[in-house]
Amino acid sequence: MHEFRVQVGPAAFRIGSQWKRPLDQLAEFYRDYPVPEIPDYSVRLESVSLLRRFIRPSVAINGDYMLPDAAPLPLAQGLLAAEMAMNLQMALGWRRHLLLHASAVEKDGRALIMTGQSGSGKSTLAAMLGHRGWRFMGDEFVLVDLDSGDAVPFPRLISLKNEAIGAMMATALDGRFGPLMPETPKGDIRHMVPPADAIAAMSRPARPALLLFPSFGFDAAFREVGPSEVFMRLTQASTNYVALGEKGFSTLTRFVQTVPARAIDYRDGIEAEALVNQLWAECV
Amino acid sequence: MTASQGIKYKAEPADQILVTPLDSLTLVYQRRSGITHIVAEPAPEILAAMGTDAMTADEVAQRLAAQFDFDGTQAADIIAARLNELADLGLVERCHA
Repeated sequence: MHEFRVQVGPAAFRIGSQWKRPLDQLAEFYRDYPVPEIPDYSVRLESVSLLRRFIRPSVAINGDYMLPDAAPLPLAQGLLAAEMAMNLQMALGWRRHLLLHASAVEKDGRALIMTGQSGSGKSTLAAMLGHRGWRFMGDEFVLVDLDSGDAVPFPRLISLKNEAIGAMMATALDGRFGPLMPETPKGDIRHMVPPADAIAAMSRPARPALLLFPSFGFDAAFREVGPSEVFMRLTQASTNYVALGEKGFSTLTRFVQTVPARAIDYRDGIEAEALVNQLWAECV
Repeated sequence: MTASQGIKYKAEPADQILVTPLDSLTLVYQRRSGITHIVAEPAPEILAAMGTDAMTADEVAQRLAAQFDFDGTQAADIIAARLNELADLGLVERCHA
């Protein structure tokens, strides 16, 4: 079993694999990240059977936390399998912070947090803003400190999907991109290494200052979202709110009472950036 | 006489719930169950008015009527319906006389 270790924000991972190639890819893309001594989670990329280790190799995701019905992926999508496995450990196991399924960027010590359904563009917007003067904090999870309420970065590889791949390759000309993985269960996927400043500052939290619910594909518009609606949406966007009990309640209620929220519609990155800048100036 | 008359209700003790009013709804976190309830008025007002007393719907209505400007006798059925909903949520307990 080959092994790779990486620290992403506050979480330390050990990834074991029966194949070397996915770990070589991880080592290349995570080369600027710290290597932890003691992992929080272990994940394993294993063949579904002895035969499938060699013939049409198929990667099953195993680890401390597992979904019993997760479909195996072809070996060519081994990097995706590793990323999914790490996300799964966080989603099912993390208890040190309130975990929101959201992306975030930072400016002047304050965090802009974006959450929404898959396809809303939260990941692409965070990646784009990370190349336009903001510090990228993460595109999958925002970790909210249970005591301070600060957003803690989790800047894993950025997962670009479908049209976002071409858009980001045009925006981040100096970006480091992973292999194109066509026709995954989530469409075409290409990973991107976060900007160097995001990795260097991944232990530096930021105070949540604005929450956006982006919707891609509509004429540019925004509306205020009240605390009750924000609370309901964020309980759905959190995988550990219930598990955290009273701490989760106090952390989330403080968040919704102190962070202004807007829903934004946009058709392209230029519109989105203009709306973000406008709302940032108005609300922060 | 309504079905709820004669039934007394007792609210979850105040130190067992965390109540956070938001813009249009109120969050009630129940320590015993770890469940967050999202309720609308008059549920939070009912819980606050009941305090530690075991009360019928009529008594709750009269107490609320004294605090807010409405006719308690006409509101008793509405209060009884809300009390039964709160009982189903586990935020009040039915104590049969």
